[in-house]
Amino acid sequence: MAEPSTSSSETAVTSTTSAEELLGHKETSRLSKFLWGVVGPIAAILVAFLVSGIILLMAGYNPVFAYITLLEGAFGDMRVITEVLLQATPLILIGAGLCVVFRANIWNIGAEGQFYIGAVLSAVVGIYLGDLPAIILIPLLLLAGMLGGALWAMLAGWFKVRFGASEIVTTIMLNYIAIISTGYLVTGPMIEEVGKFPQTAQVAEAARLFRFLPPTRLHIGFIIAILVAILLWVFLFKSSMGFAIRAVGHSPEAASYAGIDVGRNVLLAMAISGGAAGLAAAVQVSGLTFRLYQQISPGYGFTGIAVALLAYNNPLGAIFSGILFGALRSGAEVMQISAGIPSVMVVAIQGLVILSVATFSVYRMKYTSR
Amino acid sequence: MDMKNDYEIILRMENMVKTFPGTVANRDVNLEVRKGEIHCLLGENGAGKTVLMSTLYGLFQPDSGQIIYKGEPVHFHSPKDAIQQNIGMVHQHFMLVPTMTVAENVILGQYEPWKVLNDMEQVSNKIREISEKFNLQIDPDAFVRDLSVGEQQRLELLKTLYHWVDLLILDEPTAVLTPQETEGLLRLLRELSEEGLTIIFITHKLEEVMQISDRVTVLRDGQDVATVNTADTSPEQLARLMVGRDVLMELPDRHGAVGDAVLSVKNLVVENERGLIAVDNLSFEVHEREVVGIAGVSGNGQTELALALAGLTPISSGEIYLDNQDATHVTPRQLSQNGFAHVPEDRHKMGIILPFTVSENFILHEFKDQPYAQHGLLKESIIEENSTRLVEKYDVRLASVDEPISSLSGGNQQKVVVARELNRNPRFLLVNQPTRGIDIGATEFVRQQILLQRDAGTAVLLISTELEEIFHLSDRILVMFEGKIVGEVPPDRGLIDEVGLMMAGKEVRV
Amino acid sequence: MESLPFFVMLPAILAATWRMATPLIYASIGELFTERTGVLNIGLEGIMLFGAFTAFAAVLFTDNLIIGIAAAILVGILLGLLFALFTVTIKANQIVVGVAFNLLGLGMTGFLFRALFVGTDNAVRTVPVLNIPVLSDLPIIGEIVFRQNLMVLATLILVPVASFLLYKVAFGLSVRSVGEHPKAADTVGIGVARTRYAGVIIGATLTAVAGAYLTIAHTNQFVEGITSGRGFIALAVVVFGRWRPKGVFWASILFGVFFALQLRLQAMPDLIIPYQALQMLPYVATIVALLSVRGKTHAPSALAVPYEP
Repeated sequence: MAEPSTSSSETAVTSTTSAEELLGHKETSRLSKFLWGVVGPIAAILVAFLVSGIILLMAGYNPVFAYITLLEGAFGDMRVITEVLLQATPLILIGAGLCVVFRANIWNIGAEGQFYIGAVLSAVVGIYLGDLPAIILIPLLLLAGMLGGALWAMLAGWFKVRFGASEIVTTIMLNYIAIISTGYLVTGPMIEEVGKFPQTAQVAEAARLFRFLPPTRLHIGFIIAILVAILLWVFLFKSSMGFAIRAVGHSPEAASYAGIDVGRNVLLAMAISGGAAGLAAAVQVSGLTFRLYQQISPGYGFTGIAVALLAYNNPLGAIFSGILFGALRSGAEVMQISAGIPSVMVVAIQGLVILSVATFSVYRMKYTSR
Repeated sequence: MDMKNDYEIILRMENMVKTFPGTVANRDVNLEVRKGEIHCLLGENGAGKTVLMSTLYGLFQPDSGQIIYKGEPVHFHSPKDAIQQNIGMVHQHFMLVPTMTVAENVILGQYEPWKVLNDMEQVSNKIREISEKFNLQIDPDAFVRDLSVGEQQRLELLKTLYHWVDLLILDEPTAVLTPQETEGLLRLLRELSEEGLTIIFITHKLEEVMQISDRVTVLRDGQDVATVNTADTSPEQLARLMVGRDVLMELPDRHGAVGDAVLSVKNLVVENERGLIAVDNLSFEVHEREVVGIAGVSGNGQTELALALAGLTPISSGEIYLDNQDATHVTPRQLSQNGFAHVPEDRHKMGIILPFTVSENFILHEFKDQPYAQHGLLKESIIEENSTRLVEKYDVRLASVDEPISSLSGGNQQKVVVARELNRNPRFLLVNQPTRGIDIGATEFVRQQILLQRDAGTAVLLISTELEEIFHLSDRILVMFEGKIVGEVPPDRGLIDEVGLMMAGKEVRV
Repeated sequence: MESLPFFVMLPAILAATWRMATPLIYASIGELFTERTGVLNIGLEGIMLFGAFTAFAAVLFTDNLIIGIAAAILVGILLGLLFALFTVTIKANQIVVGVAFNLLGLGMTGFLFRALFVGTDNAVRTVPVLNIPVLSDLPIIGEIVFRQNLMVLATLILVPVASFLLYKVAFGLSVRSVGEHPKAADTVGIGVARTRYAGVIIGATLTAVAGAYLTIAHTNQFVEGITSGRGFIALAVVVFGRWRPKGVFWASILFGVFFALQLRLQAMPDLIIPYQALQMLPYVATIVALLSVRGKTHAPSALAVPYEP
């Protein structure tokens, strides 16, 4: 996110330690950092719910009832909670990946398209290589998904590095291209049986992820998501490559000066976030849907953006915001059935959450200089 | 200059207070300016001079205080108000829009939004008139981006003279001028003063104060410490008032003879951002244990030279050798690994990463290398140890090495940069405007460190627009004009006039 | 119609091109003003949806086109104010706010449409087509120019007005200076925030009108997601048109060609290429256009950088 810059010639303080230096000094206590980091996002969510409550009221619905059904649909019972975690799985993966690329100050709005391409490649592996044993097939499938997403993202990255083309527009255009292409594949070459539903055949038994909590549908994909999020956190904040990516995000000139190859790091960041989106798709296909069809992603790529932003671009935080948005999705279905509120309202709520977080970020930066 | 015995006070600023987050820029400043005088506002970088005048001009709103102009209390909410009261300001950093013409820049902000621009002819004519009258040659239809630095300066001045002004404020106007151009400007200002114009002249250069002002107010640390008649004071006294103590500039004497060439530049040609030649067939060498200073008005290719040497911009032709190895087309990382250190011109854009912590900034070049990283992971305890040690050694004032470096003052930020670069004990050190925008304590320190590094055997290339600094620190001085080296002189202050002429492109025999 | 020789179909294609280009023209001229003041609004898709829905709903309820357009204009102004509030006053990250506006647009219009209108008969009256007695019947020009609806024809006025405003009026000078060097503008007394608010509001309003065009002129009803990425394509149009009204007009026409061709080719019976390849055409064309411009060398220097006085 954009940082305000300080002009040294106007606000320089002489180097004698004066009371003023400590007075307006930006030393922040642990407590204040904690407050902004945790309470901030929660406050942002509450504000978003408040505003959408007002909108629901104006449209003639009862917001309190609506929110109750939402909560029921998210935390009602054990089965429902596992559904939340299932919904959260792709969101955590996509969100964590976006944290990395947003930290590089690259606006990858193309997670949706990267998801689709990953879904296609992993479905191809799962269907046409189905005779392989699970121990080879599953990693291969996941890898295929990652590769698909990574390459699709790197395409946009290359457009930016080589041609200076805005990644915002190119990734969005690539979204449309990916979705249309998938539509072609599932109604044409990959269709399960000519004339039937626009979907592929199922992936082989051996390609399906293990469900570790029967009778629920929760599969190890959720565990994979958590592990990847942790891995990306370590990468971003504890590794040299993460240092380089963050440097590029703050200041490409300073990064060049520091000996960092900016172009290469842009491509790396895109590859990571695209790969995460592709992995999310592979996990969906091999864990939940077992086949590819036209609406394989109900906007995961865009919700993923909200997940990353709510987590202040911290992959660990993406675990929690991923679960939150998973709950939102899950609850919205129930809300639609019980309260009659079109579940697409949840998309608007996502938008409100992003606005709240963006606003809170500004004040957070002012008071903690982070 | 005749002594004005009976005087009229045109401006009085009383108890001005202005704070920004983290600093108090003006604390209880009082200023009194007499009609028709040239009044200097003197102080070191960060003393609060620009803030005070910006407040007067309506760019900032004061926290408290009173401004009395021509006998009436005034409050300017925006520069528009000040301009209406016939106050003009020439800013330190040019306030010109490069993509618009001279004429458009002059009338910018003057008209109501709905006014149709059908009188540009008349505007251009008026500009030509004023150019003539004040000898400020400028073409009204030229685009600002095509003007030279000196012409842009003239345009800044012309913008204020386009309207009737009674009070003219100039903020460090000579920063980009050669000594001769400075002379011309000061002469013009004296003329204007004689015609009755009141002038407030912000500067940190003592010679200018002595040359031009009637009275001078010294600011230090956001407060006014004295107002004196220029005729009654001396540079030493002013310096003492500016800094608050006797200014020692004890710099270590050289010991050790100049050694072999470390940096060798041959026929270097570099283009600038717009594809024009900025460095024009340049050749020179820098040896061990020597400081070579490059003097010149900014905009004559120094920036491009520095970037080219540092591997940050492509080279059109020519060669660079570092310790006899071809360094013409190498990456910054390779240079860094071969003993090349660089204190860049713009620390905010390049030298440091503001949101990163002080520790992270200390390892900016070495975050991939041992001992700060192993198996790709950062070793935090070693990084912290390193920071603590450097902070101690280079006297960096801060609260914690884990704070973002943006919370440090400019001087301390620069100390971090210098500490980082010198700590690697480089073979070659490139310093570009090392003391720009920092307080005098840090300035002294940085200059000292440069010379200490020289004595340790490093070859130092110093680029600076402050002639004082060049003369103070260099063993040899090269003058750069329009991308070429037009002269070389020893650091003999008697040659300052010649250097000034060379900086302006005149042929001089030395 | 399908197997007629190309040159006979040409006037129809050109006429369709202009029709497809119209929403792009409105939106990109609007965004041009916004970006020239230094603000980047990528939330055009959402704003366009709001405009589309509002105009549709207004005309459905009142059967009055003027009210429909007025409603879209009002919504545009409100959204512009909101966007400017977040980006210019609060100084939140402009890209993030844009993403939020897109989600809001999609979510809110989807929600309101399903809550209020699904299942009912939704066709509305549309903006009338011009019908000048002799001229409209002229062989080629008749179809391209004189049988277009009024909103399409209005683009002919929009471009010169935008040019005039930007280059021949003091306001345009303010706009351009604020986008290039806001500090310089500030020092001569130009209100940077105020000018940016104006730029953003002009942009949002014209974009909302572009949306209105889709539901009350181009077609006669609202469909979820009717904008199909046009708001994003408008962003590319501004770059391709080098931030100048005339350039942006012709860039829109160019993209209009791809939309028109896509429809025309899809209707041809014996086509070897799958129709999806044609569906992709506008989006691929956008990418190619951006690659050919080689970066934003003509962009306003202060674009997307919040101004701290």
